[in-house]
Amino acid sequence: MDQAQAKYYVPHGTHWPIIGSIGLFILFVGASVQLNGGDIGMWMLLAGAAVVIFMTYGWFGTVIAESEASTYNDQVDKSFRMGMMWFIFSEVMFFACFFGVLFYARTLSLPWLGGEGNNFFTNLLLWEGFENTWPSNGPGEIGGDYQTMPAWGLPAINTAILLTSGVTLTIANHALKAANRAVLSWFLFLTFALGFAFIGLQAYEYAHAFNDLNLTLSSGIYGSTFFMLTGFHGLHVTLGAIMLVVIWLRCLKGHFTPARHFAFEGVAWYWHFVDVVWLGLFIFVYWM
Amino acid sequence: MSATTQDAVQHHDHHGPEKGLKRWIFTTNHKDIGTLYLLFALIMLFVGGAMSLVIRAELFQPGLQFVNPDFFNQMTTLHALVMVFGMIMPAFAGFANWMIPLMIGAPDMALPRLNNWSFWLLPFAIIMLAMTLFLPGGAPAAGWTLYPPLVLQTGDAFPFMVFSIHLLGISSIMAAINIIVTILNMRAPGMSLLKMPLFVWSWLITAYLLIAVMPVLAGGVTMLLTDQFFGTSFFQAAGGGDPVLFQHIFWFFGHPEVYIIILPAFGIISHVIPTFSRKPLFGHDSMVFATGSIAFLSFIVWAHHMFTVGMPLAGQLFFMMATMLIAVPTGVKVFNWIATMWKGAITFETPMLFALAFIVQFTFGGFTGLMLAIAPADFQYHDSYFVVAHFHYVLVNGALYGAFAGVFYWLPKMTGHMYNDKLSKIYFWISTFFINVTFFPQHFLGLAGMPRRIPDYATQFTDFNAMSSIGAFGFGLSQLLLVYIVIKTIKGGEKATGEVWEEAQGLEWTVSSPPEYHSFETAPDIK
Repeated sequence: MDQAQAKYYVPHGTHWPIIGSIGLFILFVGASVQLNGGDIGMWMLLAGAAVVIFMTYGWFGTVIAESEASTYNDQVDKSFRMGMMWFIFSEVMFFACFFGVLFYARTLSLPWLGGEGNNFFTNLLLWEGFENTWPSNGPGEIGGDYQTMPAWGLPAINTAILLTSGVTLTIANHALKAANRAVLSWFLFLTFALGFAFIGLQAYEYAHAFNDLNLTLSSGIYGSTFFMLTGFHGLHVTLGAIMLVVIWLRCLKGHFTPARHFAFEGVAWYWHFVDVVWLGLFIFVYWM
Repeated sequence: MSATTQDAVQHHDHHGPEKGLKRWIFTTNHKDIGTLYLLFALIMLFVGGAMSLVIRAELFQPGLQFVNPDFFNQMTTLHALVMVFGMIMPAFAGFANWMIPLMIGAPDMALPRLNNWSFWLLPFAIIMLAMTLFLPGGAPAAGWTLYPPLVLQTGDAFPFMVFSIHLLGISSIMAAINIIVTILNMRAPGMSLLKMPLFVWSWLITAYLLIAVMPVLAGGVTMLLTDQFFGTSFFQAAGGGDPVLFQHIFWFFGHPEVYIIILPAFGIISHVIPTFSRKPLFGHDSMVFATGSIAFLSFIVWAHHMFTVGMPLAGQLFFMMATMLIAVPTGVKVFNWIATMWKGAITFETPMLFALAFIVQFTFGGFTGLMLAIAPADFQYHDSYFVVAHFHYVLVNGALYGAFAGVFYWLPKMTGHMYNDKLSKIYFWISTFFINVTFFPQHFLGLAGMPRRIPDYATQFTDFNAMSSIGAFGFGLSQLLLVYIVIKTIKGGEKATGEVWEEAQGLEWTVSSPPEYHSFETAPDIK
């Protein structure tokens, strides 16, 4: 890496984006057909997903090979870093949207349905007898009786797991900078192992909610916000864990140096981001 | 990975573009991608324009003549979505791709492969949207604002629409990330942030807005999807949700979105006015801060789109005041443009004509915006043709005119040829006449009480509607002249110098016209 290029690397043509576009197109058309009850929707969806995975593998493979061939100078490295940070910012806004919905339901729409403010007649004429509480499945009691997920069971354990994974990842990061490869790979391994443990427990929790608590996506606004927030978070943890596996494999192949390891740090930022989102979830979805 | 090492080797020899179609599909060159964006926007101008002509043909007379009301609603919905996401945003993204690297002295965009993907998602997204026309139940017809519960009555088109918006959002976010990173990381040494040209500044702020609000729209339409197919209750009062919540989410995206559309136009105007006044831009730094203030305010004014849905009085007052506050930074900009022209040696080439028309027409649209911002008055104007007139004055007579100014300002730089100035001035006057014939009478229609998004109307609205329709067809046809001028200029014409315009300022005028395929491979010196 020391003899990195002086010039900013501008690639000369690439076929991955068009493959990605075609893949996403097939995937989304497939998903639409599936949702409309068509026959081949699921197959199209899976085919599209396969193309997207192929594209991701190929595109990242190309970039990793270029990186290992010292194609990138410090300025390119900085572009990647900035790009990753702004991508995470877009993710922050995505989650902000769903948290906003949760707060809106809890502080505005449910109290209004309960007659607060100038909504006395809304309550009297449309939803007589409905009182604002949280959790709630609304005045129509959509989805029927359900129980909520208590914070101090599995969710608390999951919190501990994710927080611990943040610590192990930081230890791995310090080991990378100190060129201690053994500690690096072991703690990286530990990090994604904790990540997958989190996902497993989350899946168990979902099964418990569906089977025992009658808590589903259709349990009114509580069920909607609960599954939307935890579901998208779980998806991001899964993605993050896969990214951790990828950089772990790269570590085993001897990639990264104490000075140059953007991919490692990008994944680490992402992991800390999903960690922070989880803290928000634990406090506002499960606990308070 | 042998292909990869080849890539790395190829990097050393500076050959030009690939031949044929492969050049355009696989390109990572910012100029190629900029051209693709611009051509795509031009095509979409005609696609979205054709839809608007269906609307205007139907509204030429009262009664139902050509289309049924449902198809009319599909046209209003698709017209808006195509024009916003397919035409005006890609047009400015095209200028951004072409000009930002030239203006800051960068060899290319920071993430060239991602740049290709940002563009090549767009055609697929638009195809996905357009194919809904052929599905059972037709295309989405609930308006581009997609309000539930109405939008949930869309037929098979519904998931296609949602996923198409996801594709458009992915494309926009990637383009915005690329633009921000390019501006922050690729400037030639010596170009401090406040030395950056205004177009670059306006795109820096626009890109920030895009990254901040496109994910929110994505979240909003995702919740529509789950409400429709997975039994959630986000926008359903019976389950404790609220249909108005969607409006909040949509306009939290939608209001910054209108600044995403107009800020790059501000940037272009801030280049054109100084060039043809032969004076530096008056108040460069105040322009930057005004743009920043507009961007900040755009996040806290969204509910002025929904004064009539029933919100607490304090909310109405807050959103009314905050909205009116936007007039301050916008006024700073308008006065700065005028002060730039003050005692300048002004000449009236085509881009200057478009820029001047922009200032007059956009300011007019801004004033009607102020009228709409007054909550008690808005109860009268809401959902009337006055609103239609207002936002077309800022988006067509405003933003699109900004884009036209950009086309005629930079076309010689991009193609290396001067265009026929006489013909393009004729084009300007015809367009400007007809666009005002189209939209000006709509103010009166709205104030007289004609609601928007209807295929039929009471007979007393006939005269102004007929005028408006004549204007729309005139404007639509005059765009053929634009195509003719652009194609002719690409094919040939008087050779343009590097500077193109007398004493034009900025790095983009220091390179040849057209620029080399790869420009600024070594960073220029900035004084």
